[in-house]
Parts: sequence; C-alpha cells; structure tokens
Amino acid sequence: MEFLGLYNYWVFAILLMTGLYAVISRANLIKKLLGMTMFQAAVFLLYISMDKVDGGTAPIIQVGAVDQLYSNPLPQVLILTAIVVGIATLSLGLAIVVRISETYGTIEEGEIREIDEE
Amino acid sequence: MNAFSDHLPAIQIIVPLLTAPLAMLLRQRGLAWAAATAASLFSFAVAVALVMTVRDVGLQSYAVGSWPAPYGIELIVDDFAALLLLIVTGASTCALLIAHTSLKSEIADDRQHLFYTAWLLALAGLSGIVVSGDAFNIFVFMEISSLATYILVAGGPKRQALSAVFKYLIMGTIGATFYLIGVGLIYMMTGTLNLADMEARIGEVSDRNPVLVAGGFITVGLALKAAVFPLHGWLPNAYTYAPHAATAFIAACSTKVYLYVLLRFDFFVFQGNLPGHIAQFSGFMLPLAIAAVLIGSGIALFEKDLKRLLAYSSIAQIGYILFGASLQSLTGLTAGIAHMFNHALAKGALFLAIVSMASACGTLTIDGVAGAARRMPYTMAAFVVASLSLIGIPGTAGFIGKWYLVVAAVELGPYGALLIAPILASSLMAVLYIWKVVESAYFGASRGGEGGDTAAAPAGSESPWWVLAVLWGAVLLNVYFGLQPELPLGLARDAATSLLAMP
Repeated sequence: MEFLGLYNYWVFAILLMTGLYAVISRANLIKKLLGMTMFQAAVFLLYISMDKVDGGTAPIIQVGAVDQLYSNPLPQVLILTAIVVGIATLSLGLAIVVRISETYGTIEEGEIREIDEE
Repeated sequence: MNAFSDHLPAIQIIVPLLTAPLAMLLRQRGLAWAAATAASLFSFAVAVALVMTVRDVGLQSYAVGSWPAPYGIELIVDDFAALLLLIVTGASTCALLIAHTSLKSEIADDRQHLFYTAWLLALAGLSGIVVSGDAFNIFVFMEISSLATYILVAGGPKRQALSAVFKYLIMGTIGATFYLIGVGLIYMMTGTLNLADMEARIGEVSDRNPVLVAGGFITVGLALKAAVFPLHGWLPNAYTYAPHAATAFIAACSTKVYLYVLLRFDFFVFQGNLPGHIAQFSGFMLPLAIAAVLIGSGIALFEKDLKRLLAYSSIAQIGYILFGASLQSLTGLTAGIAHMFNHALAKGALFLAIVSMASACGTLTIDGVAGAARRMPYTMAAFVVASLSLIGIPGTAGFIGKWYLVVAAVELGPYGALLIAPILASSLMAVLYIWKVVESAYFGASRGGEGGDTAAAPAGSESPWWVLAVLWGAVLLNVYFGLQPELPLGLARDAATSLLAMP
C-alpha cells in the first residue's frame, strides 16, 4: 500500500529522469530544451504533491466555517514562481536556438561542433 | 540617517534592480551606461557601508515588508555576505567603468542599452543571492542572475558565443533545478524555508533520509553552478566568447557567489544536524578540489587562447577555495574564503588587462599578443603584476590565500603536508602558462616584422587613460591587499568561525 501512497513521487522520479536523459542523449537543441522543460515540470509535481493534506480543501477562509482542514498554499505559491522562471528560461533558450539556426543553419549539436571546428 | 542605514541590505538589491528598466528606457547607449555605472558605484558604496556596519555592530538582519523572520523573507548580512558583496559590486563597477570603451567594437550601438539592462539584472541577482536568508528566495535570485548572465554571454561578437551560452543555459538550469529539488525536500521535512530556522528544525526531523538526499541535490546543483570540477564544462567557452568586459565581471564574482551558497548550506545548515556531514563533504570535495587544481592548471598550460587559458586557471582556483573548505579546520576555511576575495582581485585585474589588450591586439592568442609590450607597455605591466598575484608571489593578494592554505594543510600533520604538493605543482604550472604569455608579449616579434612597415602591424597602441586608470587601480589593490591583508582576512576568519559554529 505504501507503494501506491507514494504514487506521485514515483511519477516525479520517472519524469525527472526521462527529462534528464533527453537533455543528455538528444543532439537536437529543441529536443534538449523539451527534456529540460520536462525535468523542471517534474519538480513542480514534487512541490504540488507535498502540499496536499488528506481531506483538506482549498485554502480559502469561509465565513462561519470552523476547524476546516486546508491544503498548504505555500508550495503552490512557490511553484507558481518556479513556473514563471521555467517559462523565462525556456523562452530564452528558444531565442538562442533561433539565433543558432540563423547563424549556423542547423540545430543539431554535432553539426554545430563541426562548423565551429572548421 | 539611521532609518536609511537600517535599510541597506534591501537597498543593495533594489537599486540595480530598479535601474535595470531605467537603462532600457533610456535607449541611448551613453545614458544607459551612465545609469548602470552610477547604480553599480552606488551599490559598491552600500557594500562598503555594510562591511563597516558588520565590522562595528555585527550581523545585520532585515525583515522584508516587516514580516518577522521565519514567516517573511529575511535578508541577512554577516561577515561572509559582506565580503561577497564587496567582490560582486567591486567587480561590476570596475568592469562597467571600462565597458563603454570596450563594447564599442563588440555590440551594435542600438543594442547596448539592453546589454546594460541585463548587466544590472545580473548584479541585482548576485547581490540578492548573497544577502538573502531564505532558501527559495535564493533560487529566484539565482535564476534572475543566471538568465541575465546568459544574455551577457550571448552578446559576444563571435558565433561560438551562441553555442557556448546554450550549453551554459542547459547546465545552469539543471543545477538550479537540482537546488530546487533539495530545497523542496527540506521544506517537506521541516516546513520552513528560512535558513536559520531550517538549521534549527532539521535536528527535530525523525526521518533523516530525505534531508540526506536534499543535501546531495543541493551540493551537486550548486557545484554545477560554481563550475566545480568535473562539472565545469560550461565555463571555458562561456568565459571565452562573452564580451570582454562581461567576462571581467562574471569571472571575478559569479562562481564565488555559488560557492558561498554551497558553503552556507553545507556548513551552516547541515553541519550540526547530519552526523558526519562535514567529513562526508570533505571526503567528496577534497579529491575533486585536488583534481581541479591539477587538471585546470594542466589544461591551461596547453591553451593558446588567452581568455580560455585564464578560464581554465579559474577552474583551478575554484579548486583552491574548495580545498581550503574541505580541510575542516578554521585555518582551512579562512584560507578558502580569503582566497575567494584574493582570486577575485587577481582574476578581475587579469581580465581587465585582457579588455585593454583587446583594443590593440588583433587576436587574443599567445601568438596574437606577440610584441604587445612594445605597443602597450602599461597594460602589459599591469598584466604581469596581476599574474604575480594569480601565481601567489609574496607581496600580492594571491599569496595570502595560498599561504594560509599551506598553513592549514600542514596543521593536519604528516598527511596534510602531502596535500601541499598539488598546490605547489599548480602554482608552478601557473608560472609556466603565464610565462608563455609574457614571453610572447615582451620578446615575441611583432607580426609586422622587424624593420617592416609598421602599417602591417595590428592597429592601435596603448588604451585610453581611463581604461589604464581602472586597470591599474585593480592591480594596485592586489598589491595593497597583499601587504595589508587585515580586512579580507578578518572578514574571512569571522565568516569561517561562524560557519564552523565556533564561539
């Protein structure tokens, strides 16, 4: 039962490693960036999973309700920031890929290296 | 006045952060440069004021928005942070003062204001990492400074800058994400993000395993950001192809800021709570540090490109800093921290000399600078003095750090004495690779040829006086802090004392 209880964390680990593997193994720069995004998204899942309180509702104060159980809102706020950072990184990365494609005429890592070594 | 000085830790971040959009709106390159330089000079003044306050009064804590510490974000300036602030703002100011001249040939006029915007964001981010006492806040500032630094590097005139920055971006993001995973795991176990609160609460955690994993993620993530061997792959090309002025700024401070966070986590947060943590840290880092010291200098020996040569030398210097930290003693840690300051001075001055050389030498390779000393005697003389500091000749700042490293190694007993060997070997290699440059510049034949027409020689002569003034200012600081090392050593010793939690 403990295995299923940690379901989210297993998904986190698998996504994380898949992303990292893509970054390392793919030669195409866009695919590398996709891997990086997956890698970051896995961490978002880690934060979102940890804030869930069993039986907890959305952390909004309701009039008249006493002893309500809330999920922890802080990790969600943190990850909102991290998502913004991720988007900024991805867009900067894509902008660089566009420039690379304009200057080198390719976005394959090996071909770029060959052109540089000429 | 009192109210103003209370807010110094926040002002340190806010001024460059708010000047950044201003520099963008000014659009004109002269105005943007003036705004950036003024902001950087002001930050430097704030850093000096903070150093004096920390020396007189002690630790400065600032509650952002008046939210008290464990709940709100806390800014903390202690001796260690004050020393790093001096490095960051000083490097930025020196490099900016001459950036206006050197960027002319590297970046199109209508884009320079954007470059200065990115520069200010990098400055704000790096200062933010240093003063922040909140683990997640450090991550945010880390990304602000990293994204801005990618833009600075990508501004380089050669196309290789683009492939270099892509590699840097991927590796930097992986490093930052590793750090984020670590912080998340600690938050999961302790429910706090404040470093001091974290330190107090990790001890109460019943299951230590997630914290151990977090320690691993944070250490490796930050080591990647700090270019600790063998995670240094992004550094040589990023330094080589960035615009020269930006290299002077980044090389002097950015890796040290990440080392600072690394030391704060491993010593301040984990040390007292995870049994044997520091012994594990040493066992892990010491071999890497020694490898960095030897391999970094070894590769520098065979490099032809000056900036890449200095970049590999930086990898070796990061090794020295970690070497000091992994000796687990007060002297060792003091030496490591003092070496951060001294290396920033030496490497900053060397890259400023590169900025000055770039104007008169066609290519910045060992053959390219042949005969440069005749055309630009003051620049080359500055290069030589800064090199002496890098090598660690007595009387220069570089000597102080290395001397204390040797003392700390000897303190360990007979085995410690063996550890001196890599330091000495690496210093000898530094003599050799610097000598190759000096030999070429002083004794090499100019490419115009002896007696040939001078028009064939690379155009340009000595740099304008303001470039030389900044360069020599940095060089003389190397000599000054070599003879009067009390300030950096005092800060480093107090920083090491508090990191090791000694009374």
